Amino acid sequence: MSFTLLLIQTLNGLQLGVLLFLIAAGLTLVFGVMDFINLAHGVQYMLGAYLAVAFYGIVDNFFIALVLALLASLAFGLLLEFLVFRHLYGRDHLDQLMATFGIILFLNHGVRELWGAAPLSLPVPDALSGAVRLMPGMLYPVWRIVIIAAGFGVAAGLYLLVTYTRIGMLVRAGASNARMVSALGVNIELLFMIVFGFGTMLAGFSGIMIAPILSVEPGMGDNILILAFVVIVIGGIGSIRGAFIAALMIGLVDTLGRSFSVDILRLVMAPSPARMVGPAIASMLIYVLMAVVLYVRPSGLFPARGR
Amino acid sequence: MSGATITASQTVPAPRLAREIIRPALIFIALALVPLLAKLLSAQYLLDLGSRVMIFAVAAVALDLIVGYCGLVSLGHAGFIGLGAYAVGILSAEGFGDALISLPVAVGASMLFALATGLICLRTRGVYFIMITLAFGQMIYFIATSLALYGGDNGLTIASRNTIVGLPLIKTDLALYYMIFLFLLGTYLFCRALVSSRFGRVLRGGKVNAIRISTIGFDIKRYQLVAYVISGGLAGLSGFLLANSTEFVSPAYMSWQRSGELIVMVIFGGVGTLDGAIIGSAAYLLSEAWLSGLIENWKVVFGPILVMVVLFARGGLIGISAKLWRPQS
Repeated sequence: MSFTLLLIQTLNGLQLGVLLFLIAAGLTLVFGVMDFINLAHGVQYMLGAYLAVAFYGIVDNFFIALVLALLASLAFGLLLEFLVFRHLYGRDHLDQLMATFGIILFLNHGVRELWGAAPLSLPVPDALSGAVRLMPGMLYPVWRIVIIAAGFGVAAGLYLLVTYTRIGMLVRAGASNARMVSALGVNIELLFMIVFGFGTMLAGFSGIMIAPILSVEPGMGDNILILAFVVIVIGGIGSIRGAFIAALMIGLVDTLGRSFSVDILRLVMAPSPARMVGPAIASMLIYVLMAVVLYVRPSGLFPARGR
Repeated sequence: MSGATITASQTVPAPRLAREIIRPALIFIALALVPLLAKLLSAQYLLDLGSRVMIFAVAAVALDLIVGYCGLVSLGHAGFIGLGAYAVGILSAEGFGDALISLPVAVGASMLFALATGLICLRTRGVYFIMITLAFGQMIYFIATSLALYGGDNGLTIASRNTIVGLPLIKTDLALYYMIFLFLLGTYLFCRALVSSRFGRVLRGGKVNAIRISTIGFDIKRYQLVAYVISGGLAGLSGFLLANSTEFVSPAYMSWQRSGELIVMVIFGGVGTLDGAIIGSAAYLLSEAWLSGLIENWKVVFGPILVMVVLFARGGLIGISAKLWRPQS
């Protein structure tokens, strides 16, 4: 377990963490403000990646493709909100589960129909490809650093938006008591729509950012969605701050757990059982963490007040 | 007084006789006749499809017990199915191929897991409950994928179906079909008796208003925990049947999409009706079989259907039929 490896894995963990934050931020707001459980958030991440690949094929420039894909994600999110989601806000969680599950099925297989089941890839933009030397003998891909920076940038922007602007104030108030906000004369439907559109755009953004590293394939959103759920539940539903801290926590615990579980277990047991048990423990680690957090604090670390 | 308010809030439009006796009876008669139909049309796949429907119906009825009667939406029930299936798979790989051992282990392991996780899950409510059950489902899933000794990601083929007291009683598909049938019937009757007992009344009261039920003096969490454990055990039973039917177990049985499908089955049929879960399971699997024959990516069509059902057909298939029924009578 060398120091360089530890540092690289910590950076990888941070990168996963900010990615999760980008997805979880939208999810936690949609949850918190509208009490709406949106399983389809993960496929919007997938859709962002697919749209970026598609636009890149047309314009052949990553940054233009990024902007176009963002706009398309936003438009698609608003369309979904208009067609489906707004009819479900007051409904049972069960109905929301089933409808959004239907959307997952539709989109996962829709992209398969359109682009085929084979994984696609998106090249890293030339200016940001390659690696930097962080320390002697330690190279790290620039693009991953860009993702980390973008994640922190969005987090800072969101913090300012939520803390210092009028719309942010309404969002916070909505997360704590939506009916009261509505009673005070705020157009809560418009607020919902803005929050929802913004959330899908963030999910799309994270999909676009990760597309150059991962392969773009149907179902890529499903696993990340579960991780994002873990994040918002640990962080406390409706809390951006909670989502940020929990996302970094999950990113680090998951990445470091996967890299070092076998080594750590070998300190206390024989190598061959350690190799077998290690990966199992590593993949369970975040769920154990979640169970512990929820056992101690049933509404997460930083619950939005009033619920 | 409190008893009167509870019953008043439960009046359902469909007449009690139709709801609790005729409809389930028709369902079970139809299921019992499927092998005959398969024989007449010489269509073996009908028998397989019927078995599948009933296996998932066991799990769906189990899920409806907590979703429809406790208001606890579990998105991790596929984990219990997987647990039951792996109990059969692992025991058979270790040379214990008799149902007298594997059935109690499958159900017992699921109940134990439900007890351990239920203690944590039930501290939370609403969305948190959905999420934490999902997390525990994923936990089981990942344990299964890392069981390198028992196939890991690829799953585990079971050498032969379980024997019963040493006899190969379910060797033929027909015998297996009727064993599954009996288990489904037993599950249904058991759950029906449970929800109409005093225990079930407390659960239903807790679903309507947990605070009121606690104020009367019932420790509602304890009731819900018992229901959760029973539901988990029955889902484990479904896993036991699934493993015997497919003679194969794999982590895919417990993916969270499977849990989602179970929820869909319950809603499809009609939440809080028990026999609706059987209808929902049949409707789901039959439309899967039908649509997948028509188009390759059948879920592109099926997804929007689910959305439509939620938006326009509240109460599921049973709700629709009740609405169609009412104006005439």
